[in-house]
Amino acid sequence: MMNRRSFVRAGISLALLGGSVSAFAMRGAKVVVIGGGYGGATAAKYIRWLSMNQLDVTLIEPNKEFISCPLSNLVVGGSRKLSDISRPYSTLEKNHGVRIVRDMATQIDTTARSITLSNGSQMSYDKLVLSPGIDLNMASIEGLPEAHTSGQILQAWKAGAETLSLRNQLESMPDGGVYAITIPEAPFRCPPGPYERACQVAWYFKNFKPKSKVLVLDANQDVVSKPGLFKKAWEDNYKGIVEYRNQHKAIAVSAKEGLIKFDVQGDVKADVINALPAMRAGKIAQQTGLANLANNRWCGVNYQSFESSIAKDVFVIGDAIQVAQLMPKSGHMANNHAKVAAAAIVAQLNGLEINPSPVLTNTCYSFIDDKNVVHVASVHEYVANERTYKVVQGSGGVSTAPTELEGSHANTWARTIWSDMLE
Amino acid sequence: MTHYPLTKLALVLALMITGESHAVEQQALYTQSLAATCANCHGTAGKGIPNGSIPNLAGLKSDYFAEQMQAFKSGTRPATIMHQLAKGYSDEQIRLLASYFANRQP
Repeated sequence: MMNRRSFVRAGISLALLGGSVSAFAMRGAKVVVIGGGYGGATAAKYIRWLSMNQLDVTLIEPNKEFISCPLSNLVVGGSRKLSDISRPYSTLEKNHGVRIVRDMATQIDTTARSITLSNGSQMSYDKLVLSPGIDLNMASIEGLPEAHTSGQILQAWKAGAETLSLRNQLESMPDGGVYAITIPEAPFRCPPGPYERACQVAWYFKNFKPKSKVLVLDANQDVVSKPGLFKKAWEDNYKGIVEYRNQHKAIAVSAKEGLIKFDVQGDVKADVINALPAMRAGKIAQQTGLANLANNRWCGVNYQSFESSIAKDVFVIGDAIQVAQLMPKSGHMANNHAKVAAAAIVAQLNGLEINPSPVLTNTCYSFIDDKNVVHVASVHEYVANERTYKVVQGSGGVSTAPTELEGSHANTWARTIWSDMLE
Repeated sequence: MTHYPLTKLALVLALMITGESHAVEQQALYTQSLAATCANCHGTAGKGIPNGSIPNLAGLKSDYFAEQMQAFKSGTRPATIMHQLAKGYSDEQIRLLASYFANRQP
């Protein structure tokens, strides 16, 4: 067990040698984390925890509270409230001594190692963790930027006020109306998310507006995550309510006409349009040039440490990265990226070797109704000679069927991971 | 030059302690990182939330932990998800985790 004494002892012995800078850099070295989602909040806590509180950690996050994307589809469906999926950031400060700056980072100078905040002030760092999440590329669907600004066509793909606005649109929709969700080509944040949302809206319609319909308009060839389980749920639970159409890539929307246009297929009309555009790494990653892969959509990282492939001392985690094979853009995965990056930073600043064989796990629970749940899970190991992660052979899988038991595990999972990142 | 030998002794001692403590710290950090892959569901350092449906790992006897992981792997202990996750860990990783969690406060 690593303890404070062993760090101090190493420091003393190195002091006698007149030696290594790295061991002395440890105490008080300055780490800044940009973004307090599943990735960033976890990184902030774990850097403090793994360094025995020796490292100075600042979290830059504009929101007062953390609001979870996982489970936010239940707020859209009406079985949960936003307060059920919100947690304060203050515990990071109280329990772990993370300094929280409620602001947005607007610029990063990776050469000077400094950050500019929207209030104009500057902040320097020894190590930077960038967990910027995603940017919704509204311009990828014609008419969407205007329709989004006017509040008529929403995404609600970052949980918060927009989640409630989408809920209000569904409540205002007359029975017999049509809700349509359009899904972009993969990869996008939360692969099962759109299909879970279809279930939650269908659950609401089934109970409160039984003449209404859910249209799932997917740019992909098939349901991207848990296809068998979702299609069976639509057949068993929501027959006549949910209709799934593949190869429907939305290219234009009109809020006034309630119309969606596709690249090949015919136009579709709907009362509530929930258009998910193509996604890319969060804006700050775009501006800084850290989103260097896949036509500048995602950030390249060294998977052993999550250090950017183009900027030293910058660690990029979460949905913003170019993923390894079968690695989903999920909150659980971001939490695991954060722990690998945190350990790598603590190792580097303490003059230790970075873990040669990091491991990541993923678990995504999806609610079929308000209680019954299915999962997909996997374990990923770093394969050094290929410099990537691979799913450990034989590991992982999906549920056999939706159950209430997995429903209680999903609720426990959520409360535990929020505690793991914030408390 | 009476204090030269003392300085030399300090140097040798320092080298020994540094080398040893680095190796120990390094392994401790790797084990903590490995155990952190359980924390998302079982809580930081294996300490779960109150009234959850997922068991605490902190304080479990190491033999019991290792046996259960092997039982999940072989399918003799039925599970919703652990049979799929346990297969992602090698016997050596299970041994490290068992010892780590046995030494945590429940």
